[in-house]
Amino acid sequence: MGYCPNTPDDIRDMLAAIGAASVEELFAPIPAELRAKSFELPPGMSELELMRLMREKAASCGADITPFIGGGIYDHFIPAAVDHLASRAEFYTAYTPYQPECAQGTLQALYEYQTTICRLTGMEASNASLYDGGTAVAEAALMSLRITDRHKVIVDASVNPLHREIVTGYLHGLSAQAVQVAPDGCASDLAGLMAAIDDETAAVIVQSPNFFGSVQDFRELAQKAHDHEALLIVSCYPIALGLVASPGEMGADIAVGEGQSLGNHLSFGGPYFGFIATRKRFIRNLPGRIVGETVDHQGRRGFVLTLQAREQHIKRHKATSNICSNQSLCALRGLIFCASLGKKGFEDLAQLNYDKAQYAKSVLGAVRGIDLLNSGATFNEFTLALPKDGAEVVQRLLDKGVAAGVPLGQYYPGMERALVVTVTEKRTKDEIDRLALLLEEVLWS
Amino acid sequence: MELIFEKSVSGRTGVRVPLSDVPKAASLPDAVRRREPVRLPEVGELDLVRHYTNLSRRNFSVDTNFYPLGSCTMKYNTKVTENAGGLFASCHPMLALLPGGDQLVQGPLAIVYELERQLAEITGMEEVTTQPLAGAHGEMTGIMVIAAYHKARGDAKRKYVIVPDSSHGTNPASAAMAGYEIVTVPTAPYGDMDLDLFRQAMNDEVAAVMLTCPNTLGLFNPHIAEICAIAHEGGALTYYDGANLNAILGKVRPGDVGFDVIHVNLHKTFGTPHGGGGPGSGPIGVRGDLVRFLPTPRVVRREDGSYAVEDHPEGIGRVSDFFGNFAIMARAYAYIMLLGREGLIEVSEQAVLNANYMMARLKEEYELPFDQTCMHECVFSASRQVENGVHAIDVAKYLIDRGFHPPTVYFPLNVKEAIMIEPTETESKQTMDAFIEVMLEAARMARENPGRLHEAPVTTPVGRLDETRAARMQQVCCE
Repeated sequence: MGYCPNTPDDIRDMLAAIGAASVEELFAPIPAELRAKSFELPPGMSELELMRLMREKAASCGADITPFIGGGIYDHFIPAAVDHLASRAEFYTAYTPYQPECAQGTLQALYEYQTTICRLTGMEASNASLYDGGTAVAEAALMSLRITDRHKVIVDASVNPLHREIVTGYLHGLSAQAVQVAPDGCASDLAGLMAAIDDETAAVIVQSPNFFGSVQDFRELAQKAHDHEALLIVSCYPIALGLVASPGEMGADIAVGEGQSLGNHLSFGGPYFGFIATRKRFIRNLPGRIVGETVDHQGRRGFVLTLQAREQHIKRHKATSNICSNQSLCALRGLIFCASLGKKGFEDLAQLNYDKAQYAKSVLGAVRGIDLLNSGATFNEFTLALPKDGAEVVQRLLDKGVAAGVPLGQYYPGMERALVVTVTEKRTKDEIDRLALLLEEVLWS
Repeated sequence: MELIFEKSVSGRTGVRVPLSDVPKAASLPDAVRRREPVRLPEVGELDLVRHYTNLSRRNFSVDTNFYPLGSCTMKYNTKVTENAGGLFASCHPMLALLPGGDQLVQGPLAIVYELERQLAEITGMEEVTTQPLAGAHGEMTGIMVIAAYHKARGDAKRKYVIVPDSSHGTNPASAAMAGYEIVTVPTAPYGDMDLDLFRQAMNDEVAAVMLTCPNTLGLFNPHIAEICAIAHEGGALTYYDGANLNAILGKVRPGDVGFDVIHVNLHKTFGTPHGGGGPGSGPIGVRGDLVRFLPTPRVVRREDGSYAVEDHPEGIGRVSDFFGNFAIMARAYAYIMLLGREGLIEVSEQAVLNANYMMARLKEEYELPFDQTCMHECVFSASRQVENGVHAIDVAKYLIDRGFHPPTVYFPLNVKEAIMIEPTETESKQTMDAFIEVMLEAARMARENPGRLHEAPVTTPVGRLDETRAARMQQVCCE
């Protein structure tokens, strides 16, 4: 094999230095009865054969489907520079920057990333990334338990149902409680959420835009939470933050979200990254790695992993989280994506998403028998009421090469005829018009 | 180097946003509209490319430097597997969850399924889930599975998880996140968890024992089967932390030994890159009667050979959004196919040979607290150098000046001044010899000119950084 470079001569010399007769002798500390009973795997391949096999697998991955689906993961354009720069092996074959003098590249990039996340979310302190959007919401919930020393979180059921499942799982073992508040149509039931807050509540978790695409003002909810010394956690979609009020502006204490849409490929579910940011006074309760600025003995600026006394390798079972490896390279992609677009480009991109979705709303909403379910503002997703079962309509349109949306029946019993449609900047007017025609056809012919 | 934000020039624009082919919409209502644009840098594409290219040059990495970071398995990441992992970039995961959508993503579903089967064979477990997104996430998922097992048996009194004091910090932290209290068992003079103390710690309130084998000292624990038996007698389950699996590929399967739950770090053993701290991937495997507690959903193979996504109603729920860090899993799958059975056995053999060679060559100058045949890594102590005022960190920083990434230092915690070296199988004798020369030189220097070691590193863009100041200032983003 080409990846173990030692020659028979090297191996002979090394064994002599060790004083062993054979490589097998080095495995002598393993009792014979513990040796592997089986190891049935295929023989190795050449690069050529391997790529043939992998291309065969990749040929069947839905690449020819036009996606009007989101559900937390979005088909956005990625500037070429993102792939090129993140493919620098100095970035991707390094590890956790525990030795800062030879890892200033990663450390400074993560510091810039943290700055970017703070500016996007309107927060003051970000960590260096979490695994994904769902686990970020769960970590925020755990963080609120630590800060308030309470055991109940209120979860708006218009938060992504996949994320809510993860939150429930994370809270389960800790005997903490997640109280779900049903939405009011396609909007968060703000009155219901406020009524649920009491002095036992650690936090209220909402999402902006929510799973149905609705964008709401959470300022009053934040005030009510703060009156009870509870926190407001807002899970947000970063592309929307180019246009929509940030969690910080809304009065949130913790902002989290799925970072995929910032320059990370769809890749059948990952790797992506989760982000989490908070007010400076809660910084010691953040989970995961944080990069901080400092100086060397000559006063030169440099960056290090900081506040490590929160983390598992120091605090063990008393750490703020068990997270060790994070999604550093994906966070780097997020940073480069944001810096590529810049201040104006990022706003323009958000506007374009909004404009396209508004156009799609008008066109699809005009299809016979279809109603728009969102009563207020939306960003690039919205919910349609169909005259037929949503799952059935989606399945029939998949046969025509279009993923028309996410049918809601599997997540919200009673909403079997509802469909969440996503329109990013990548969907063209022609594709939107075609979706309207296909819907008309499937519904009425 | 300046920050990208400090290179920003007002009015400069970056990449062009796609043109619009739809009418401009009426604006969002004021109450939900952002007041000011996000203060992102305003730089041109060339500025951006130079900035990040030059930043990357301030890193040591496997592709540029020998990186014997103990416990992290910094092996070479083959380039063809990078290409393979990139083939699925445009595949939307939500497709798999749509009605009938699994038919459209048969390729990636096949990879999930086959990788799970391969990992089950490699580790000797019944079934595997690829959902956990990193090793620690796998640990937490595994402990949640164990909790579900005890609960299903109506065994509510178990509230402790036992870990040895040499364990990775993630073990106790993961068990605590799953709601358990931690009992730590000290290491015996022979280098493994003290068997007598472990026996004393075991009782019917213990839910699980978490172990790494080889342990963090790089030693294979000969009592491992006995530990499993004692745990099982007490009704507890055994958890295998697969961080050190690279040492035993094809030699030992944790499932054969008696472990009930394991996790595997694809970014360590199966050659996927470490990404400057992640992404990793931490699939877990379980024995037969624990399969029903695995997270939902599961990828199954139908009789006609097609793959489908199924709910797993008795499981612990969902631990991540979809099927795990898929593009990392695809790389690991490609790595296993590339190396094949013989190649994977060669991995463990050469990894163990390299580590023993390092140990043999360095033990004259560096204290070796447990002088016995090691597996894939060896742990020294800088205790002799401390007599001259030189610490493990000083040796580490000098290595940087000489172009080597330092080993892991100050871990495991049960060895004072620990220097933990894991060369991996992909390094040649010649590379290791060059590293050994510098280590020996550092030992000489500790006696003759310790000041030089205290000054190190002097060749890097910054010298030793003031970590206390960073923790005090808490400057974690620029204004």
